[in-house]
Amino acid sequence: MGTRKGAFILTSDGARKRWKVSGPHFAGWEIYHIKGSPVNPDRVYASQTSAWFGQIIQRSDNGGKTWNPPGTKPEDLMTPEGTPKGESNMFAYDASPETGKPLTTHQWYDGTQHPWEFKRVWHLEPSLDNPDHVYAGVEDAALFESKDGGKSWDELAGLRGSDTGPKWQPGAGGMCLHTILIDPGNPKRISIAISAAGAFRTDDGGKSWKPINRGLHSQFIPDPTAEVGHCVHRMALHPSRPNTLFMQKHWDVMRTDDAGDSWKEVSGNLPTDFGFPIDVHAHEPETIYVVPIKSDSEHYPLKGRLRVYRSRTGGNDWEALTKGLPQRNCYVNVLRDAMSVDSLEPCGVYFGTTGGQVYASADAGDNWKPIVRDLPAVLSVEVQTLS
Amino acid sequence: MIRVVLPPHLRTLARVNGELELEVNTPVSQRSVLDALEAQYPMLRGTVRDHITNLRRPMVRFFACGEDLSHESPDAQLPEAIATGSEPFLIIGAIAGG
Repeated sequence: MGTRKGAFILTSDGARKRWKVSGPHFAGWEIYHIKGSPVNPDRVYASQTSAWFGQIIQRSDNGGKTWNPPGTKPEDLMTPEGTPKGESNMFAYDASPETGKPLTTHQWYDGTQHPWEFKRVWHLEPSLDNPDHVYAGVEDAALFESKDGGKSWDELAGLRGSDTGPKWQPGAGGMCLHTILIDPGNPKRISIAISAAGAFRTDDGGKSWKPINRGLHSQFIPDPTAEVGHCVHRMALHPSRPNTLFMQKHWDVMRTDDAGDSWKEVSGNLPTDFGFPIDVHAHEPETIYVVPIKSDSEHYPLKGRLRVYRSRTGGNDWEALTKGLPQRNCYVNVLRDAMSVDSLEPCGVYFGTTGGQVYASADAGDNWKPIVRDLPAVLSVEVQTLS
Repeated sequence: MIRVVLPPHLRTLARVNGELELEVNTPVSQRSVLDALEAQYPMLRGTVRDHITNLRRPMVRFFACGEDLSHESPDAQLPEAIATGSEPFLIIGAIAGG
């Protein structure tokens, strides 16, 4: 898990009753995200960041026991002068005319155009077939990839160059690319989401992109059905149905069954359809989870009751999951990358809060217990199910 | 040898304790000290000065001999006491935030 003050690793056996907590790793630094490679769980990437010292990429090759910034060992990439390049934390926006339209500005809060400025890596998504190939979603919004285990990064510039870039604008949390979904059956198809620009898809491995926001309705922008400008908070898919994506938008829970070509609202009977995370059950592709939050100006649960809502019908019909969760005086938030599921049977569901609690359910959400209660604010939660 | 003191987080990142000692090309300036620092500790590239612009990061300061040299030219010669190693060059994380 990533928190405002370091990373923590929570470990349990298949029963998921007793947990060992280790950390903080990278103490004092913001850890936006940690994620392991699906083909080599010992390969784990971490985004370590600081307002003082900028972005660091860390990599572990032994499941998190030890870490190194890739590309900084003497035997790693060398310059002609014979010194290590140390470029694992260099995210340079592509400005070359050969690789796309070199966009230099996006829309700023006051409506003027503003230069793109790299701030941090929000999300790391290892590829599905190569542990050295990993994608990074960054703020200001762009998609980068590394094919050498994080030693160096190149922008997939076709995304910012897809005509709509100058219309993108930051949300309150910054203009971040926070979701990267790779189609398991066709790795050249990748869907991403940006706050507050919307969702985009490539079908050619990142060369060209198109907005996939038809059906979204956002009352906070002048044209509620505009091509871009939607504040998408999170998207999720089940690997067995890659054309079905679920979305938690600023307001509204949405789904698409045609890979984003059209969306429909599935908020149904949710008490509020504002929220941040959304995730899908590991074994039931129509079972999804959200954490409703009162409103965009009150980032805490409705009536101080922390409730996960589960739909077993792919949306519209939702049930509140409350057992083991605080049902009074709870005013935490659950951030967009702070929910995850394991692949055990029954499916485990996990989420972390801005109050530093991490809750786990070993029965698909029916019952919850806190694994740990007093960590720094939780930014992200990922699960590795190890055999 | 030039003595350099890093802020605690960067000492952890570079896996060093206490002061560093660096061989620095003359004339001794902020730029030559940072060039030597980053050559020996490449994991620090981008953390003291921006990777792209090479400018000092906004919340990092350079102190030496009781003076704040953060706004001096990167190529200005550092005080003799730094060049001779009798005083350390201090890289400071600004006191801000939580």
